[in-house]
Amino acid sequence: MGAYFSDIFKGLWSLLVGMGITFREFWKPVVTVPYPYKTFTMPDRYRGHVELIENEEGKPNCIVCMACQRACPSDCIAIKGEKPEGSKKKVLTSYMLDFTKCSLCGSCVESCKFNALEFSKEYNLASTRKEDFYFDLLKRLEDRNS
Amino acid sequence: MSLTLFNVIGAVIVAIAFVALNAAYLVWAERRGAGRIQRRPGPNINGPLGLLQPPADGLKLMAKQLIIPGGADKVLFVAAPVLAMFPALMSFVTIPFSETIVAHDINVGLLMIFAFAASGSMALLFAGWSSRNKYAMMSAVRSVSQAVAYEIPLLITAITIVMITGSLNLIDIVNQQGPSVLHWNFLPLLGDGSPKNLLMPLSFLLFFICTLAETNRAPFDLGEAESELVAGFHIEYGSMGFGLFFMAEYANIVIGSCLTTLLFLGGWHPPVPFLSFVPGVVWFLLKVYMLIATVIWIRWTFPRTTIYGLLNLSWKVLIPFSLFNLLLTAGLLKVF
Repeated sequence: MGAYFSDIFKGLWSLLVGMGITFREFWKPVVTVPYPYKTFTMPDRYRGHVELIENEEGKPNCIVCMACQRACPSDCIAIKGEKPEGSKKKVLTSYMLDFTKCSLCGSCVESCKFNALEFSKEYNLASTRKEDFYFDLLKRLEDRNS
Repeated sequence: MSLTLFNVIGAVIVAIAFVALNAAYLVWAERRGAGRIQRRPGPNINGPLGLLQPPADGLKLMAKQLIIPGGADKVLFVAAPVLAMFPALMSFVTIPFSETIVAHDINVGLLMIFAFAASGSMALLFAGWSSRNKYAMMSAVRSVSQAVAYEIPLLITAITIVMITGSLNLIDIVNQQGPSVLHWNFLPLLGDGSPKNLLMPLSFLLFFICTLAETNRAPFDLGEAESELVAGFHIEYGSMGFGLFFMAEYANIVIGSCLTTLLFLGGWHPPVPFLSFVPGVVWFLLKVYMLIATVIWIRWTFPRTTIYGLLNLSWKVLIPFSLFNLLLTAGLLKVF
């Protein structure tokens, strides 16, 4: 009989405690962001697809050493470069990223010794067509600068 | 004659408008409140503070087609939403908003409200049965067992009030509660006439829990347990069929809160006598909406009970307590 009453009392008390918690939460500020109208800035460690880093002249830092292409376990990266007349260094002519296969492992960024690759903060990438995920990074770099 | 007919039509129009407006904006209040409790804004796109959300929802519901599932009992299927709405509307006829604002003051007002409230669960049974859907059927059975279980302590608790007051007239019941908060029925201290039972706060609590269960509100919303029964008895209803069930649910919440206010919270009396320059209807609505806010608050705090927990609570806790309360009140009335 004592257990019956203590059960009821404890149950009622726990209900009041719960209501106290929701009452306090009610007055606290909202933590969500109304997505399409406002967005969070991504933290530094966020891994989007890779992006080329540019030097002061707006040209890519890449020297076409092919380290990233070799490091990629999924064969996402295809680089082309050529040596223009009278120049000692190779110049990047095409950097194709197949994002459909990329697992964002970061091996390409790790392998790059010339500070030419970084993770972008891009995450609005939904599409219904597969072709939208074959990125021309060189063109993206030019678009950024134009 | 024509004047009374005019009065009746006017009262019906006002009642329907009041119910519809309440239903629409309580949904808004519920969604905003739920949002705040869950640290998100709730509907805030349509209009300032999302205040145009209810009309948008209403238009959407009205524009949809009413689909009657194959194999359903057509007559009952169409009748059920109307039967759910009808008792809710009728109950407003006898609820006094202040001493003068009442559509029809009848001597058995309390009895009439309980009679109509009881017929509300019939609508749920019809809806569940006629949909020819296993979830709807199961929900209807649950709703009825819940209504049966919780009407007993509800009525027993109401009887204690009737015994103290000696009247089923809602205006008399309010007038018996004195001018200040100390004289209201939820406190055991003072009263006009006979001294009150010490367990009055308990009866208030019992009554409030039972109104929650009677209106199928969380944590007793087993009739429409979304996670188990999809939507319960109104699973096959779209369009305004669903809209009517929804409006009836919110109208029932308003009625339950009105009744709790009238029986326990002193109706239209101000909490302290010197505030009596404020019209009574303001106090009444203030109390009612505070109770409704509590109902919403409770819904977003507690998880749903199981059907066994629900029935155990009624048969093992609420009914014994309310019976003891009834006997104690009767004894005290006899002695003093």
